[in-house]
Amino acid sequence: MKSIGYYPGCALACSGIELDLSIRALSRLAGVELREVEDWNCCGASSAHSTGHELAVALPYRVLALAEAQGQTELLAPCASCFSRLKGTLVRLRRNPEMLEKMAGLTGRPCRNSVSVVNVLEYLSRLLKDGLADKLAAPLKGVKVAAYYGCLLSRGEGIIEGDDPENPTGMEAAIRAAGCEVVPWNFATECCGGAFSLAKTEAVVDLSAAILGDAEKAGAQMIVTGCPMCHSNLDMRQRAVNAVGRGTRPMPILYLSELLGLAAGIDPKTIGLDRHFTDAMCVVGRSV
Amino acid sequence: MARVGVFICHCGENIARTVDVAAAAAAAAKFPGVVYSVDYKYMCSDPGQQLVRKAIADHKLTGVVVAACSPRMHETTFRRAAAAAGLNPYLLEMANVREHCAWVHSDRAAATAKAIDLIRAMVEKVKRNRALHPISVPVEPTAVVIGGGIAGIQAALDIATGGKKVVLIEKSPSIGGHMARLSETFPTLDCSQCILTPRMVEVANHPNITLMTYSEVEAVAGFVGNFEVTVRRKARYVDLAKCTGCGECWSKCPNKKIPSEFDARLGNRTAIYRVSPQAVPNQPVIDAQRCLMLTKGRCGVCAKVCPREAINFKDADELVKVKAGAIVLATGFELWDHSAYGEYGAGRIADVIDGFAFERLASASGPTSGEIRRPSDGATPKTVVFVQCCGSRDEKAGRKYCSKICCMYTAKHAMLYAHKVHGGRAVVFYMDVRAAGKGYDEFVRRAVEKDGAEYIRGRVSKIYRRSDGKIIVRGADTLAGTPVTIEADLVVLADAIVPRTDAQKLARMLGVAYDADGFFSEAHPKLRPVETAVAGVYLAGVCQGPKDIPESVAQASAAAAKVLGLFARPKLEREPVIARVNRTTCAHCRACINACPYKAIEDFNIVDRSGKLLRVVANVNEGLCQGCGTCVSVCRSKSMDLDGFTDEQVYLQIATLEPEESPLPARSSP
Amino acid sequence: MAKYMDLMPHQIMRLVQIGDAPAEEKVLGCAALWSCAGCLTCTQRCPKELDPAAVMDVLRQMAYDRKKAPPNQKKVLAFHQAFLKTVESAGRMSEFSLVRRYKMASLDFMSDVALVPAMFARGKLKFSDHKTPGRKEVQRIFAACRKKGDR
Repeated sequence: MKSIGYYPGCALACSGIELDLSIRALSRLAGVELREVEDWNCCGASSAHSTGHELAVALPYRVLALAEAQGQTELLAPCASCFSRLKGTLVRLRRNPEMLEKMAGLTGRPCRNSVSVVNVLEYLSRLLKDGLADKLAAPLKGVKVAAYYGCLLSRGEGIIEGDDPENPTGMEAAIRAAGCEVVPWNFATECCGGAFSLAKTEAVVDLSAAILGDAEKAGAQMIVTGCPMCHSNLDMRQRAVNAVGRGTRPMPILYLSELLGLAAGIDPKTIGLDRHFTDAMCVVGRSV
Repeated sequence: MARVGVFICHCGENIARTVDVAAAAAAAAKFPGVVYSVDYKYMCSDPGQQLVRKAIADHKLTGVVVAACSPRMHETTFRRAAAAAGLNPYLLEMANVREHCAWVHSDRAAATAKAIDLIRAMVEKVKRNRALHPISVPVEPTAVVIGGGIAGIQAALDIATGGKKVVLIEKSPSIGGHMARLSETFPTLDCSQCILTPRMVEVANHPNITLMTYSEVEAVAGFVGNFEVTVRRKARYVDLAKCTGCGECWSKCPNKKIPSEFDARLGNRTAIYRVSPQAVPNQPVIDAQRCLMLTKGRCGVCAKVCPREAINFKDADELVKVKAGAIVLATGFELWDHSAYGEYGAGRIADVIDGFAFERLASASGPTSGEIRRPSDGATPKTVVFVQCCGSRDEKAGRKYCSKICCMYTAKHAMLYAHKVHGGRAVVFYMDVRAAGKGYDEFVRRAVEKDGAEYIRGRVSKIYRRSDGKIIVRGADTLAGTPVTIEADLVVLADAIVPRTDAQKLARMLGVAYDADGFFSEAHPKLRPVETAVAGVYLAGVCQGPKDIPESVAQASAAAAKVLGLFARPKLEREPVIARVNRTTCAHCRACINACPYKAIEDFNIVDRSGKLLRVVANVNEGLCQGCGTCVSVCRSKSMDLDGFTDEQVYLQIATLEPEESPLPARSSP
Repeated sequence: MAKYMDLMPHQIMRLVQIGDAPAEEKVLGCAALWSCAGCLTCTQRCPKELDPAAVMDVLRQMAYDRKKAPPNQKKVLAFHQAFLKTVESAGRMSEFSLVRRYKMASLDFMSDVALVPAMFARGKLKFSDHKTPGRKEVQRIFAACRKKGDR
């Protein structure tokens, strides 16, 4: 893999900036060019599909049409929600070809639905297989990690493929390659509250507290995740969890790409490890 | 000269509403060879049959066509009537103008024309029928019962009491099946072993029953009345003639840590073992894969301590052939593997168990002597959650059907738990409660009202083990409209009932059909629940579909009645509609022998008077041939024909259906 | 999120099955629709292989279209509207504009105030929107969807 289409999505420019930084750093190290889709628009996330069925398809459709017109065959969408929207739309258009025509009319852009979409876990597995595994010069020593998939990286018929939705293992090889130990725990696929961070903060605090609590009870020293929403809810809202008296010991929340970046010996600031709300720089000392 | 009578039935309104039967009778009267043609309201009734008999006598009929329902309904009835009037029954044919005509069309004119065509074709056929005589085959009055659970035991006892011999074949070292593993049975809470073991002993002692335990069916050949069953008697390594069941061997066996299948792996057994103290026969077998002597050539302690020198490490499997007239399948069931439910722990949580494991915990002869204890730490559970419909009624990850007995045994489990752990909390998550038998609903109400079981209507969505050892059960209370979370100490899943995995292999050996779920198919879902489509093979128990003990026993007795009916006469009459070889033209290409699905055709030597072989031709075994006609269609020299459905007859039937303006020459009648 | 719902998901499905006018009124006006996080657990577990998550989406779209969302879900609706307005205006969502619009609509000015400087310091908040060249096209898409009945 020499290059791949890149759809960062809105979150990666702001609250999910570490995900963007770490993916770019790893891709540079692996020699993979990330070709950002020009003039990409927001996929609509949950607000579009919650309020209008045409808008929910049209926004991702424009992205796929743009990518196709720009000669892309494959897109990496690191945000789990963007991935779910893009791939979900792709699958829906495949099953309902008459929608392609309708969307072409509505957006003014034709599309053959030829672009495939890849999520962050699939991308990182591929990088590891293609040689990144050999470049992990500074693996962490036996740090106990709870692998947290959340909703959109574990569920979705036709969208998530090749893993068990109840007991997924898609992150395990990468976590072990980084030198860590995967601890079994019960909340790997439990919802963190997703996009309710602003509008139903108390629900997010409640669900995140349960996730943090189970990870701690399982003996985890760190939670690794793939989704910027989950990261925000577990990392940024950890103070709120403490404030309602359900806090655990400080639990660093790392993106899988940050963990691999660290294990590859990349400078923590380059991958954004210093930008977390709950201190993640403490993990740096654990490297070999 | 043919003299054919045509009788057209109205079948009340069933035929007459759509077919103008009077017009059809009038048309039939003009067919060449027809001397009598009449229509009547109910041909199958007594007066209807009397009509046929009278016409045969009055008009000296040489053939009869009854145009009515499907021959599968009443062919036998009318043939019997013809025979009673002195006409060979195979000179009577039925034209199906109901299922094939009146029931599937609505245009009266077209349906009447079609009925007339069908009758004309059948008249042409019947003119060429030959008088045939039933084939007699001897019946071996011995039954083979495959499976030694309660159904197999009941069937064997009923057949044996009826004076016929039975060979009961059981795969495991002892009979008793799953019922022997239960603690108490619903709805009476009788001790299961107490009601079962007398029957088991009766089987062992009955002069008419030969018990073959630790044996499996290897092959089945033959046909109804004349089966040959090859049984593999697996090596026990213990001489049953010498062994007294004293128990010295298993008490001294050093290999004590083998998980016991009988105890649902909650307890252990030794390498030389009997499945339970009530085993019949009460003599052990050696597990060849776990025995140190048999695998590594060491130990041999059992042989040293046996006072009767009954251990024989040189034992080998023995193949035995059993001749039987009938076979009863009673192979029972297993529980579905709930590790398919990742949301319930994927089978990895020790304190999430299935129904049989709970039975063994509750059983006085079980691994905990009847005390309910958590498998993980042996503690007494204070809260037990019972989850119904685990794997049943699940189109996505399990089986579509309802397993029928779980609602009842779950209520039973809740009651047993309440009786054994005072102050314990039993919670049952259910979708519906199915308690349709006698005393069954009252039984479930007792569990709720007397024994305090909490019934929550709703499905369990997730079960996991918290770090403090509690099992967290998350479900819904749909009647209250709230989510529910229970912190349990023990969870019992009511796993679906599925047929045994090797049942399909056995079915294929016998030619017995099974459905998409693997349950054996009965011949008719309403009216023939214990027979299969294979003559002489009967079904009893859960192998045919989920059911409880009273139903299994009833079905077993019904199967036994069928067997005794079969054995009531020394000879069995078979339909003579079979294939026949023209030995003069047969070229012995053997295409028919290879094509026959029933292995009914064999080589036949034609020898001269001095015994010198002249030619070899094909020959049809009258006892095995099912009259399917496959051989007729593959025979290249047209030497094979089917009695009752000859080539000539079939071609003529087709020819009569051709339109009037056919270029073929006009038909002639014999 | 079931513990935050007035109607449980299975009750919503039952009302959809009933389908008459009172049931529709009840379902489209319930708060539960707006407490659903779209986590897909219901679809994943359904033993009849149905898709309750998709049903929830459609019900939300219908409720939004007909303005049936109850007043106690004001904050959620304000969030969605703020999100979509930001996307329509700039072509992409930016958190500053989202939060600004959300606070104006929900009048919830005080929560998370302490986080603003923290986010800004970490480079997670920018005080300007990235206006994409394609935003006019995006606006046309929004308009076309509104014409077809989406709002």
